[in-house]
Amino acid sequence: MKRFSWDEMMNRYPAFFAILLLVVALIINFILQPNMFARDTLNSNMRVFLPMILLAAGQAVVILGGGIDISVGGIVSIVNTILATQVGLNGSPEKMWTYVLVSIGAGILAGAINGFFIAFLRLQPIITTYATSFLYVGFALFILPNPGGGIPAEIANIYRNTTPLGLPLAFYVIAVILLIWMYIRSTRFGNYLYAVGGNAEAAYETAVPVTWVIFTTYVASGFMAALAGVAITMLSGSGNAEIGVPMTLTSITAVVIGGTALSGGVGGVAGPVVGAITLGIIQNIISFSRIDTWWETFVKATIIVVALAAPGIINLLRRKKV
Amino acid sequence: MRRISISPPVAAILLAIVLFLLSGFLPNGFGNDINVAIAQATNIVRLAVFLGVIAAGQTLVIISGFEGIDLSAGSVVTLTAILTYVTVKGEDDKVLLALLISLAVGALIGFINGLGITFLKISPFVMTLGMSGVVTGLIIIINHGNVSGKVAPIMTRLIARPLSPDIPIPNAIIIWIIFGFMMWLLLERSTFGKHLFAIGVNRVTAKLSGVNVTVTNLAVYSLAGALAGFGGFLVVGNTGVVFIALGQPFLFPSIAAVAVGGTLLSGGKGSYWGTMAGAIVLTLITSLLTTMQMPDSVRRMVLGATLLVMISIYGRQRGFRQ
Repeated sequence: MKRFSWDEMMNRYPAFFAILLLVVALIINFILQPNMFARDTLNSNMRVFLPMILLAAGQAVVILGGGIDISVGGIVSIVNTILATQVGLNGSPEKMWTYVLVSIGAGILAGAINGFFIAFLRLQPIITTYATSFLYVGFALFILPNPGGGIPAEIANIYRNTTPLGLPLAFYVIAVILLIWMYIRSTRFGNYLYAVGGNAEAAYETAVPVTWVIFTTYVASGFMAALAGVAITMLSGSGNAEIGVPMTLTSITAVVIGGTALSGGVGGVAGPVVGAITLGIIQNIISFSRIDTWWETFVKATIIVVALAAPGIINLLRRKKV
Repeated sequence: MRRISISPPVAAILLAIVLFLLSGFLPNGFGNDINVAIAQATNIVRLAVFLGVIAAGQTLVIISGFEGIDLSAGSVVTLTAILTYVTVKGEDDKVLLALLISLAVGALIGFINGLGITFLKISPFVMTLGMSGVVTGLIIIINHGNVSGKVAPIMTRLIARPLSPDIPIPNAIIIWIIFGFMMWLLLERSTFGKHLFAIGVNRVTAKLSGVNVTVTNLAVYSLAGALAGFGGFLVVGNTGVVFIALGQPFLFPSIAAVAVGGTLLSGGKGSYWGTMAGAIVLTLITSLLTTMQMPDSVRRMVLGATLLVMISIYGRQRGFRQ
């Protein structure tokens, strides 16, 4: 029998590290919260994780294509403020679904703006989406200067309490995301995506429509960010223009610990989805371990940095052995 | 046919002058009164000093290339401002100690950024954004809701007041001129400066020419941290009060100031004079928007759009076809 090789596992399955981390986090969480697999607890956890899962999946597509999207948090904020101000606490379901469509359109438009500047004007992704993130959060603040507004409770409850066959809604959403991703990978676009992320110049030489592939990744990310915005609005039931801001770094962290390299062209969407769940569970652990409130921001931020550093540390250790 | 080209710092200064003259037409602008106009112009330059010093570190990391950026600058400013405030406690003889603490703490945070970026290969944007969270966590722990302290009279005298009653030039501007000269020496007349531009242009050729890329990179981030620390020291000397959100508003403008000054965001080309001009432009824009009583949302959108326009002019990468 072949000896178990850590290196090989890491190379062949980029999501391996994420799953390992997930299992460890699950065990710790289970010790702190023994009823976490009970139907209600599972659902209440998963519905909190779902917005980040959607966001991380979109971010993963952009990063695979060799870019990065700093503006996803801003898009979440725009969607949240559109829904909270336009639907209102007493809005009808028809109004809600109309504005869900409007806000998804807004997300796609925001993604298309990013894509236009990055793919067609050839600007650097990081600084461009950083600039547009200021535009988008500013726009969200313009729509809703102070936290307030909201959506009707009965609509929010659809998101919170839908559990077909006793399983949380999030499980079905994850399944749909992964199925769509498997389909995309098998298409020509999927191949193009990896080619562009790996080496855009070489891809261009071999007649890959690089510009359109890059543009599409940002539109996809805008679309996923809009879905995340809808999900987080239904979760919280209220509006806050700053709601998306801290989500950007978390989405990137989820992608990184999900084994998708920031350099592009390596990894997939499944790893980042697992990464998003892991980060959610870590958040759970922090709140259950009852640490001093003053320390919470520090602990959370340190865990994020350590998680970001983990692939690098593993690489360093691996190189030393050779 | 030759294209007319103006160097970016000159263009930035011209932009500042035009904006300033236009601001005279505002209902509450300076109108025809030349004395008021001079006083207003002096005040804007005085305010630009703080942004200018904070943007100095930003200039260095951006010149160093490899998507170099320092997103922890804002929180470092807050942290060192609080540390200065707590250390000085209104006593003149502790000012030097507070300055040293500010520089050392800033340098240490920058050094950690450098370690992550150089050895663990974390993208500078993500690493420094993560560190920003960690530093914010530290601030919350130290601050614990409120801090007691006081700035020393000598700080107010040296930073916030004019040179003498007869010469109405604020001391801050004189500090900035000396600081600018030192930055020029560092960038244009030192070995470190040469190495900095070399690694910004191309790391491989720099390494082959005998530049120690690792050490230079670590030094750049440490220095950037120390300069942000110095910025925090100056800011608290000017305002005389501290609060948790003190430094964050400087972050985005510090990057925009570097971009406006014509420093390439892809690295390898730039100057501190440009950043100084950029800081004046950004301060002018912010104060104009404040004079026009624009809400925070509009201010953010204008800042975001400014950066987007600047990178569209200076920051375009080579197209695939070329």
